[in-house]
Amino acid sequence: MIEAPEHHARRGSALDAMVTVVVLLALWQGVYGYVGDAAIAPPLTAVQHLAAMLATASFWDHIMATLTAFAGALALAAVLGTLLGLVFGIRRFAGDVAEPVLAGLYSVPKVTLYPMILLMFGLGMGAKVAFGLIHGVIPITLFTLSAVKAINPVLLRTARALRLSQFETIRTVLAPAVLPEMVTGLRVGFSLTLLGVLIGEMFASQKGLGFLIVNGLSLHNVKQTTAVILMVVLLAIAANGSLLWLDRRLVHRGE
Amino acid sequence: MTRQRAVTLTRLAWLLGAIAVLEALCRSGMISPLSLIPPSEMAVALGGMLWSGEMTADMIQTFSTVAIALTLSIVIGLVLGVAVHALPRLSRGLDPLLASYYSIPTFVFYPLFVAIFGLNTIPLIVLGMAFGVPAMMMSTMNGLDRIPRVLLRTAKAHHLGRIRTVALIVLPCAVPYLFTGVKLALAYAFIGIIAGEFILASGGLGHAIAYAYDGFDSRTMYALMLFVLGLVTALNMTLHAWEGRLMRRRIGHD
Repeated sequence: MIEAPEHHARRGSALDAMVTVVVLLALWQGVYGYVGDAAIAPPLTAVQHLAAMLATASFWDHIMATLTAFAGALALAAVLGTLLGLVFGIRRFAGDVAEPVLAGLYSVPKVTLYPMILLMFGLGMGAKVAFGLIHGVIPITLFTLSAVKAINPVLLRTARALRLSQFETIRTVLAPAVLPEMVTGLRVGFSLTLLGVLIGEMFASQKGLGFLIVNGLSLHNVKQTTAVILMVVLLAIAANGSLLWLDRRLVHRGE
Repeated sequence: MTRQRAVTLTRLAWLLGAIAVLEALCRSGMISPLSLIPPSEMAVALGGMLWSGEMTADMIQTFSTVAIALTLSIVIGLVLGVAVHALPRLSRGLDPLLASYYSIPTFVFYPLFVAIFGLNTIPLIVLGMAFGVPAMMMSTMNGLDRIPRVLLRTAKAHHLGRIRTVALIVLPCAVPYLFTGVKLALAYAFIGIIAGEFILASGGLGHAIAYAYDGFDSRTMYALMLFVLGLVTALNMTLHAWEGRLMRRRIGHD
């Protein structure tokens, strides 16, 4: 009985997504028609060029360089952010001390710090991972922190009344209660980590997708720039889509 | 209130302590002066640069670019927010776009913008608006959603005209949310524009930092970093305090 409207809504949103894609492609083609070959490649050419690049081994090297740095940074950001968020959420005083500082760091242009990180880690994987990490760890911490703070105190008092150990409390009460918010934090942290890694590659790197974009610009290889940007956008949308799906599943389970 | 004060003092103590530790590590040579200079030297270098006026041109360029991007973000975001709010079908249709929009690292478009508009401030302004416009738009829609129905019905009962309804009811109700949008748009404008300048530009604070890095001039580089981070933090804190006041007043009215 509930199936029907749900199904209908999903079909509606699929249609919306399709219309959006068509409008964006038309817009892209329109921009191409206006600025011409020197600045941007049209959608079809970009897709063909991307397909051709995907057939070469060196392009996969660049993809893997970006993905490795990204995966490392995201894993570190997730672990560190969750731990910090839990600690600051449970210890209210420490949380109140830290939260405005973290929120301040969140909205500051952290790009300016990249030269410092380069000086510390040298050119290469370490700097990229560190830079991605400082972008991603703050939102994950903040989301986890606010999730722990928003937990119904009755749940924690029940855990105490049942004499659960700290570990058991975290496993059976805290973790399930904060999971949906943490996935949201992970989604925000994910996109900022990717942003950090790509900016790092665009500024100073010899490898990776960010490098290829800037490299294409300086070689006036418009097709390469456009195709790699398309690749990054597709990657981001795919990852975001799967996290959104996870988000929805966890939230539904919670209800 | 006393707890609030204890929290503030603890925070201050931690921050000062962190700076002191950094200073000690740099002075004792545990951190090589090639990678980090002591905080006190950064401040001295910054004072000298501000005094001599050597960074004035870059400051003017960055601030004017941010001001233009912020103004455009606010105006365009406001207009789009009102328009989309008036058309529920459109706002539902935009959902999939907005949901994935924020996950796309907009900076990758920057070289494209440069290729399209040339190496001037226009690509920077576009980059600064890339997140500001949707943030302002969503805040506007959020604010319009939160206007109590009762107030709008009261306006109708009093035969208020459209303009008077907006001036007397819609705006006062929505202002705290609009303010949140402005705050986000400002932060995004700074982040986008300084990052753009940093990667590829002919001037501005971000460019000056990258230039100093390339020239191994770490005194200038760290002084500029200190300036940018300090300034943006101060701006954000001011707006945050202001926002808190607006929100409290709003709650008081309810």
